Amino acid sequence: MPSKLETAQSPQALKRVVIEPLTRVEGHGKVTLLQDENQVIRQARLHITEFRGFEKFIQGRPYWELPVLVQRLCGICPVSHHLAAAKATDMIVGARELTATADKIRRLMHFGQTLQSHALHFFHLCSPDLLFGFDDDVRHRNIVGVIEDHPQIAKQGVLLRKYGQEIIRITSGKRIHGTGAIPGGINKSLRKSEIEYLQKDITQIIGWAQDSIELIKKIFFEHYAYHLAFASIESNMMSVVGADGAFELYDGGLRATDCWGKSIFDHVDYNDYEQYIREGIKNWSYMKFPFITSIGQEQGWYRVGPLARVNNCDFFSTPLAETERREFMAMGNGLPVQSTLAYHWARLIELLHCTEAIAELLNDRDLCGKDLLNRGELQLSGTGVIEAPRGTLFHHYEIDEQGIVEKASLIVSTTNNNQAMNESIRKVSNQYLDGNMLSEALLNQVEVAIRAYDPCLSCATHAIGKMPMQINLLNANNELVDRLEKRVDGQFDRTI
Amino acid sequence: MNSQVAPILIFTYGNPSRGDDALGPAMYDLLVKHQQETSNLDRVELLTDFQLQIEHAVDLQKRDSVLFIDAGVSCAEPFECRKLRVERDESFTTNAMSPSTVLAVYKQINHCEPPPAFLLTIRAYEFSLGQEMSEHARANLRKAYDFITAPHIGAESADFANQCFSTKPRYGGTVV
Repeated sequence: MPSKLETAQSPQALKRVVIEPLTRVEGHGKVTLLQDENQVIRQARLHITEFRGFEKFIQGRPYWELPVLVQRLCGICPVSHHLAAAKATDMIVGARELTATADKIRRLMHFGQTLQSHALHFFHLCSPDLLFGFDDDVRHRNIVGVIEDHPQIAKQGVLLRKYGQEIIRITSGKRIHGTGAIPGGINKSLRKSEIEYLQKDITQIIGWAQDSIELIKKIFFEHYAYHLAFASIESNMMSVVGADGAFELYDGGLRATDCWGKSIFDHVDYNDYEQYIREGIKNWSYMKFPFITSIGQEQGWYRVGPLARVNNCDFFSTPLAETERREFMAMGNGLPVQSTLAYHWARLIELLHCTEAIAELLNDRDLCGKDLLNRGELQLSGTGVIEAPRGTLFHHYEIDEQGIVEKASLIVSTTNNNQAMNESIRKVSNQYLDGNMLSEALLNQVEVAIRAYDPCLSCATHAIGKMPMQINLLNANNELVDRLEKRVDGQFDRTI
Repeated sequence: MNSQVAPILIFTYGNPSRGDDALGPAMYDLLVKHQQETSNLDRVELLTDFQLQIEHAVDLQKRDSVLFIDAGVSCAEPFECRKLRVERDESFTTNAMSPSTVLAVYKQINHCEPPPAFLLTIRAYEFSLGQEMSEHARANLRKAYDFITAPHIGAESADFANQCFSTKPRYGGTVV
């Protein structure tokens, strides 16, 4: 399945175009496009320039600190890491099952996290592209531009984010660095007043989620053929599903399907994930390339996240989201929907499901229960897998007899999508950049393709003044022949 | 979602496990301790987060003034303090909104001017995962802390700018 463009026969004879970093993609990223003498794109690679050192950061720490510690790996989705680590340490303390109260409060926290993450992505990161079009003046194509032209939508985005953050605050105890989930359960249940506080706005929140789906459908159908084809690739899909095949974010078995929708594996116990998934290495990227073992690296790469989850599940347990899923799936005419821009649509179906699921949970008396913890016999290893907003997230830890972490292995959502993002870049590059001079509009096509995956390349830091966008054009002799710089005010300078 | 809010908000941001990016949250910890031990921050609410985002515009509601505190690699040593303008952040790169853009979001969703807001940027040097805060950054943090905890914060006046400017020479920071 990987394109023949990934490895050109004579890369030394190619001209290189470097785009660095990507705007509105979290953290640092760099795209290298290699052109041949005829200005045809022969290679396209998304580089991750920062070595993150996750494992080293975690090794040597006591296992009971993990759910709090790992939140600092990423400022974008700390709750996802919090819950994945909590699930792994559940295994370590021998808690094979959680109490009903612990399970439901963790799920509520996770729905809140997914809601706020999806709201940010749609209303802040991607909606400017979709609302204004990819060729719109880049200075207009940001959240402030959205707010000016669509004040109600933007305000809803802010308040959806805020609502999700409030759920996180209440379930985890703090706005950030929460300690809600601990090995074997949770450290507090909810008070009635907290539930009533969240219930106050939930009807409005569901309404806004419905509005957002209507908006994305309107946008999608206005240029249906274009949206369907843009950066579209045929891929395998992997996600967690419930035992009954239901859409699932917090816990379940692993399901992988091929581009025809046929099963590759199903209901796999995620504790055995290493038998089904391997990570390939390429010498030009720090980020690994996971693949399905039984198919092999060349054909076994896959997509995760909203598109994979909505394609893979048999149904949503909540009625409004299920109605939307059926309409979405009709687009594929019986096959999985492969449009990369359909990630946005799928993301909003999930957002709607989260709001419905939150409303249901807020009526559940178990949220106020007193039975918070389960424990069993201590184990020397544990695996936790959840569906983070951007896709499947794996945490695996091994400890010594004193409870100190000796080995930590993480596969984050963006890594799972690594090869797929490269494939989409190649598709777009070959279609739009072939033989052309670099321009803002063309570069944005590449960025739009990447943004659809909502990649988190986050370093969770923000060194002001350190992150201008720079575009270098190098010839086959590695000589700089052109450079475009994007200043912090959004203007481009040609500096050569 | 705010009901009763303190008139002054101090909002720090950064990742505690990213070297000098911990300056913001470290200042938060110092100020929480200071608030517990003294009364001259009793009109202040302290908040912290990994980075600024759109929803933080809601935290600015009903405030008389706001002070953001961040780490920065391009400011003067030991720190800089400046009044913020409401303006579009045209860069809109990565996960972090600038405080000026948060003010712009505030204005757009509330249809009114945001409260007077200031940014105190503490000079930082390294941002690697798992790295301790550098000695230079710690020294800068201490000077910025002295600046923040001077009596002006608890004063009746909501005009941070006048207070900040008047105390500048004593603490060695730069007010721009």
